[in-house]
Order: sequence, then C-alpha cells, then structure tokens
Amino acid sequence: MTINVILEGVISFLLIAGGIFVFIGSLGMTHLRDFYMRLHGPTKATTLGIGCILLASMLYFWGAQGKPDIQEILITLFLFITAPVSAHLLAKTGLHLQLPHVDKTQGRPFELRDEEIGDKPVPHPDRGHG
Amino acid sequence: MLAIALKISLALVILALLLNVYRLTVGPSLPDRLLALDTMYVNSIALIVMMGLWLNTKTYFESALLIAMLGFISTVAVCKYLLRGDIIE
Repeated sequence: MTINVILEGVISFLLIAGGIFVFIGSLGMTHLRDFYMRLHGPTKATTLGIGCILLASMLYFWGAQGKPDIQEILITLFLFITAPVSAHLLAKTGLHLQLPHVDKTQGRPFELRDEEIGDKPVPHPDRGHG
Repeated sequence: MLAIALKISLALVILALLLNVYRLTVGPSLPDRLLALDTMYVNSIALIVMMGLWLNTKTYFESALLIAMLGFISTVAVCKYLLRGDIIE
C-alpha cells in the first residue's frame, strides 16, 4: 500500500514538473524578442518537460501492469536525439536568412576579412586548376 | 492525487499549445513559424501521452512515435528548403 502511495506521488510530481517545463518553454518562445533567443525555450525546456511526462507515463503503466515497456523509452530517446539536430538546422536557417537580432545577441555569422581573401583560386584536389 | 496532477498538467500543456498558436500566426519571419510548428508537435506528443494516462490505455503510443518521427522529418525538410532552395539536390 505504501509503495503505491509513494509511486503515485512520484508520478504526480513528474507530471506537474513536465507540464511546468513545457509551459515555460512555450512562454519563452512567445515572450522573448529575438529569433536566436526564442530558439532556447523549445529546444531545452520543452525537451526536458516531455521527458518528464513520458517518464511519468512509463512509471504509471509499469505499476499498473507489473512489467516495464520499451515504447516510452523509445519515444524519449528519439526526441532527445532529434531535438538538437532540428535546433541546429533552425539556427542555420536563421543565420542564412540574416534575421534581425538584438545587439546583446553575440556571435555574428562567419565572414571572411579583407586580408584573408587571396588572389589565386583554390585548386581542386584531383583536377588541379582545370 | 494523480487525477488532480493530470488535470493541472493538461491545463499547462493546453496553455503552451495556445502560446504556440500565437507565435505561429504572429511570428514575423518564416523560421519563427517553423520553430512554433516544431514545438507544437512536441506538445501534441505530451497531450497524446496524457490522454493515454487519462483513458488508462496504451493504444495511442504508436501514434505518438509516428508524430515524433514525421515531425522531425518535416522540420528538416522545410529547413533544407529554406537553406538551399531545394530539398533533395
């Protein structure tokens, strides 16, 4: 009986923590001023929140049916792998389209300085200058 | 205790979805809308998982996995389109 009460408490805590993290992630995406700032909310807070909610679901069905299942871990693993990749691609897209940013946002897109541009073209490794 | 926690969490996730809809409609640039869409599918996965907890069934987890995979692929495809002007070069 006590174990069930403790498990229920843990599941409730994980659910509320996940909901709060997901809400904070979306609030950051709505409220911040800059695309590069807005990128921080969904990629970190929302990923942690969905991890908490999926962990709560896994614990609940483990307690209810007596055996663990792999599906929730699969969804969690997939989301945790793909979230940085899509965030990287979104940041690259924002840099490519040269979106406006606040002055406090550091890190300019990479550009060549004048003294780094040479006269000769770079030879192709197989064909030379052909 | 679990029912109350589930209700609070559902309310928070639905509020998060409303904020995503705001960013999706207002968002000044195209990557902003894409980011809102990307967040929206993650939030919909949370909603589906909590519906499974509410109804005490595991039927809907396959659909959550499907939404995760297709959402990632569509985000990458639109990013490639915005970056290169073409998806498959």
